Amino acid sequence: MSAADFDLAVIGSGPAGLAAAALAASRGLSTVLLDEQPEAGGQIYRAITDTPVRDRRVLGPDYWRGAELLGPLRDSGAVHWPGSTVWSVARPRDEDAAAAAGTSERTLQIGLSRDGAASMLTVRHVLMATGALERPFPIPGWTLPGVLGAGAAQILLKTSGLAPSGRVALAGTGPLLWLLAWQYLRAGVALDVILDTTPRANWRAALPLLPGFLRSPYLGKGAKLLLDVRRKVKVVDNVTALRAVGEGQLAAVVYRRGDEEERSLAADTLLLHHGVVPNLNLANATGCAQQWDEGQRCWRPTTDDWGATSVEGVSLAGDGAGIGGAVAAEQAGRIAALDILRRLGRIDRAERDAAAIPHREGLERALRGRAFLDTLYRPSAAFRVPADDTIVCRCEEITAGAVREAVRLGCSGPNQAKSFLRCGMGPCQGRLCGPTVTEVIAAERGVSPAEVGYYRLRPPVKPITLAELAALPKTEADVNAVQKH
Amino acid sequence: MFRRLPDIAGDRVSFTIDGRPAEARSGDNVAAALLANGIAACRNTPVSGAPRGPYCMMGVCFDCLVTIDGTGNRQGCQVRVTPGMAVETQDGKREVER
Repeated sequence: MSAADFDLAVIGSGPAGLAAAALAASRGLSTVLLDEQPEAGGQIYRAITDTPVRDRRVLGPDYWRGAELLGPLRDSGAVHWPGSTVWSVARPRDEDAAAAAGTSERTLQIGLSRDGAASMLTVRHVLMATGALERPFPIPGWTLPGVLGAGAAQILLKTSGLAPSGRVALAGTGPLLWLLAWQYLRAGVALDVILDTTPRANWRAALPLLPGFLRSPYLGKGAKLLLDVRRKVKVVDNVTALRAVGEGQLAAVVYRRGDEEERSLAADTLLLHHGVVPNLNLANATGCAQQWDEGQRCWRPTTDDWGATSVEGVSLAGDGAGIGGAVAAEQAGRIAALDILRRLGRIDRAERDAAAIPHREGLERALRGRAFLDTLYRPSAAFRVPADDTIVCRCEEITAGAVREAVRLGCSGPNQAKSFLRCGMGPCQGRLCGPTVTEVIAAERGVSPAEVGYYRLRPPVKPITLAELAALPKTEADVNAVQKH
Repeated sequence: MFRRLPDIAGDRVSFTIDGRPAEARSGDNVAAALLANGIAACRNTPVSGAPRGPYCMMGVCFDCLVTIDGTGNRQGCQVRVTPGMAVETQDGKREVER
């Protein structure tokens, strides 16, 4: 029966994946690290091996810290396959019969594309370290060329040394927005304005959580960074409405401060950000249970203390399991790897627990103050649940109004909305509309997002061509399954 | 619009955008190279024909779809520019045989 190609496949080479693969491989598991990008690092440490930005002060010490994860990976013996897009994770079809006959161990099959060719990889355990993506920020005009995510702009800086020129506006809330502004200032890039959408009321809600944040390692750094940016860039606080306008190209940003009159600013580039959410498409399509996280206002796959999901043989670590940031992800990766070592019989429970102690302490330290940040930077309802004329599904160009109309016609959740409207059915597979569609339906029905649910996703989680699929090697069972008898 | 910062490493790479000569740096992906060449809109949507350009730069939004060396619907942000590469902006859906 199919022997596994590797004991463990780690999917995603950000901090969680890098740390997990290095630990697992160094303790004897044959490990493959798969990642879509051409180089290790994930998004937070994107281009860490080959960024063309020579001046190290521009990207800052928290970025360069990522390079420390590469040595242990190299030394560990893990096999690193960059440029590998995983499009499915599933139990092999013929395995149940084989397992019943006692002729094989449980395995998982990974569908991946490398260099334009699809293949299947058989492994004993999968660790998903799929990270985060920017929370969709649906405002009128966010589909116009010239409007990008702040995270996207930061990737352009890291990978290519590119920065916006002309009139530049940053808008939104959250640490990444301020970090990007700080990096631009270091690089000598002029910014016209930061439109800060942090709701005033968030300060009151966050205040009781301040003691936790005061013990956070981020406090000193964050405060200095904020002050630096505020000294040098015009910041408009308490922005309550925002839209991008232009004919086929961004021309201006229109905003409202508090309940004042709208103002218009000419702009060539608008960079939007209001936090990040777990990139859960692969876990969802693999059948992992997920839950609504009220504190972070997002869906996340359900995991135990060791990152194990509801699907046997599948674990999850890092921001893909709930937002905690890069340092927390690294520790969570190691904790998950230790549990996988136990599950695959390399260490016993006591050894796992003992080895995890320093990583649990590190994780606890890294998560200090997170609740304060989550509360302070929670986007206002007006930006999470947009007005009728705003496009929520970028692929199929479905507006919030169309989703509300579908609810009035009896559509109760995202999967029905998908059938009614095609929202979430385009190539991005709901990544850019899922959180919004959930919240719009919940608000319209007057129930919680948890009750409304999320898209039920199906593999392939990234589009592949029929030619690639057709070229896959087929077993006799595969052929029998589709041929007439 | 995006511009290259001063003091940026990388060799120059020649490629074409809709047949016109253009320049990128080694390490650039196609979406970054388009932005560096002043092209913010790289396709029209199949639904309404509205122009779109790179939005997420990490392979999730599919707004940077372009035709690369004759193959349509490639995610520009996921493909590195190589010397002589022919990048074409895309009008609507991917065409059959492309």
